[in-house]
Amino acid sequence: MSGWSAHKGPAVLLAAENIDTDQLIPARFMSTPRSAGYGDYLLYDARYDEDGRAVGHALNRHTPSILVAGRNFGSGSSREAAVYALADFGVKVVIAPSFGDIFASNAVNNGLLPARLGAADHALLADHLSEDARDLHVDLASKEISFNGKTLPFELDPAWQTKLINGWDDIDVTQQHMDTISGFANARRAHARWAWPGGGDGRQSR
Amino acid sequence: MSGPRTLFDRLWDAHDVHARGDGASLLWVDRHLVHEGSHHAFRKIEERGLRVAYPELTFGVVDHYAPTKNRAYIADPAIRQMINTLTDNTARHGVRLYGLDDPRQGIVHVIGPEQGITLPGLLVVCGDSHTSTHGAFGTIAFGIGATEVAHVLATQTIWQKRPKAMRITINGNLSAGVGAKDIALGWIAKLGADGARGHAIEYAGPVVRGLSMEGRMTLCNLSIEGGGRFGLIAPDETTYDYVQGRTFAPTGATWDAALEAWSQLGTDADAEFDRDESLNASEIAPIVTWGTSPEDALPITASVPDPDRVPDAKREKVRDALDYMALVPGRPLEGTAIDQVFIGSCTNARIEDLRMAAAVLAGRTAKVPGIVSPGSALVKAQAEQEGLDRVFMNAGLEWVASGCSMCVGMNGDLVAPGKRCASTTNRNFKGRQGRGARTHLMSPAMVAAAAVTGTLADVRPLLEGRDAA
Repeated sequence: MSGWSAHKGPAVLLAAENIDTDQLIPARFMSTPRSAGYGDYLLYDARYDEDGRAVGHALNRHTPSILVAGRNFGSGSSREAAVYALADFGVKVVIAPSFGDIFASNAVNNGLLPARLGAADHALLADHLSEDARDLHVDLASKEISFNGKTLPFELDPAWQTKLINGWDDIDVTQQHMDTISGFANARRAHARWAWPGGGDGRQSR
Repeated sequence: MSGPRTLFDRLWDAHDVHARGDGASLLWVDRHLVHEGSHHAFRKIEERGLRVAYPELTFGVVDHYAPTKNRAYIADPAIRQMINTLTDNTARHGVRLYGLDDPRQGIVHVIGPEQGITLPGLLVVCGDSHTSTHGAFGTIAFGIGATEVAHVLATQTIWQKRPKAMRITINGNLSAGVGAKDIALGWIAKLGADGARGHAIEYAGPVVRGLSMEGRMTLCNLSIEGGGRFGLIAPDETTYDYVQGRTFAPTGATWDAALEAWSQLGTDADAEFDRDESLNASEIAPIVTWGTSPEDALPITASVPDPDRVPDAKREKVRDALDYMALVPGRPLEGTAIDQVFIGSCTNARIEDLRMAAAVLAGRTAKVPGIVSPGSALVKAQAEQEGLDRVFMNAGLEWVASGCSMCVGMNGDLVAPGKRCASTTNRNFKGRQGRGARTHLMSPAMVAAAAVTGTLADVRPLLEGRDAA
């Protein structure tokens, strides 16, 4: 995963609250391998009718790289496929007053920024986008969104900020700690045998 | 860490392998549960040439795509493929699998506790948001995404930032016909579907102490519907009684050591929470959802909200939800005609849930069709021993095999477009039970009442003179 520190692109407003991950990608598409691309599945049931015809949805008119959405975006199911659908569609940043906790972790693990914006600033931004898609500039290093000479600060956990900028992959990071991990595991097995399946007595062997 | 600690702090500190300067900790994972959705993660580690680090701490189960009928031949090639892929992945990495033909197969959050895989004092993860269920045992348990599943497979650890602490205390007394599901929907309606975002919830108070493990699991299960990735309850005698003797529970001297360790798991009296909320159970009536988020919940005695009478900020959301749900503002919820019922899922398909539904259905006939899918094959067997299967079938409902089934519809058990389903599940999201499906969430007893009347109905009159389990 490559890191990034600033992004400029077209933004679209999806005003609804609670856009959950079931809406972001309906369950029936989840048996598809990632290599097939998930972009077409993004918000599928909102974008297409039952016969698969495109309806009048903002994402059928625009191909934004930034979404501005209502509170509790990405709530619900832990399906990372919701992030794959956004990423494969070309979305790099989602801006909302709040995000589902699991969705936000998944987003950062895929280089997608979940930027939290205060209610007043969010309303300002939503107003700016109410008519049409417009370009926004997102600065990850200073945690700011700018447009029309205005600059709005967004919130992001510092650990996630570092991770996005550096494009860190957790498995790579953790492999530096493998000795510490096996030391921890051995100590736990010795001092808390009950924490192993079957009390670590081998009864659980296959 | 010194000073007063919460239950969550104690569990966290016991699993902290390495604390990084930026506030993230590398945590040890005692149990990793994987289902068919793990295919992305297995592919990720194999692409890097990695193996499952601790296969003996990893358990596989077929549940999301498990057919509930005709298991001998799975017609849909995509479903067959998902199950075969899990079977192959677990076999290749030496991971135990509860497959379709296993007499202990079931929903991951039912069989984890049932097999004693879940114990107090552990850290449990699974690529499923309802993993919070296992917190009922006094464990840190949370749902993770595919990248995190790959990380756990490869390292048996996970990076996390310590969440804030929240306590929900339930005082008072539960009245007849009201249970854990109503408590959960009650607090979510009050605090919102993101009310517990960023927090680990500890459930406390006399009502929680009085709940069975089944009830506690239902309560913790629904934490995520209020935005909480973690929900937990301090272990006590009820917990130990449930755990003792289960397949993977410790025995002998190890059991004694476990009890000693578990008895330390609690929140200090002077520990502080970032948020402290309370609910009076005596004021909770049976609850149903009316909209498309679990926060859209009201007592069955209430009326459908009127968009013109809600605050401006909520108007569009209510209007949109009522439009999807095809409900008329101001009409009583009770009496709304339904098309079908579903009893099942990791939220409400344990033996106690089935007993509660059966107590309402016994000797009565369902006016609408429906499916009953027990939480596991063992729950199914026990229910059959108790004759509950006859109650459901005599009422006209289908008694089928165990899996996630109509909660998520991945196995093909779907609600048709425009149909209204009274459901014991956890999500009334748009399209959750199938495209255009209209879901009303409620307790098993309330779903039984809906089946008997063919409408959203108050279960309490139907319980009069009956011994509700």
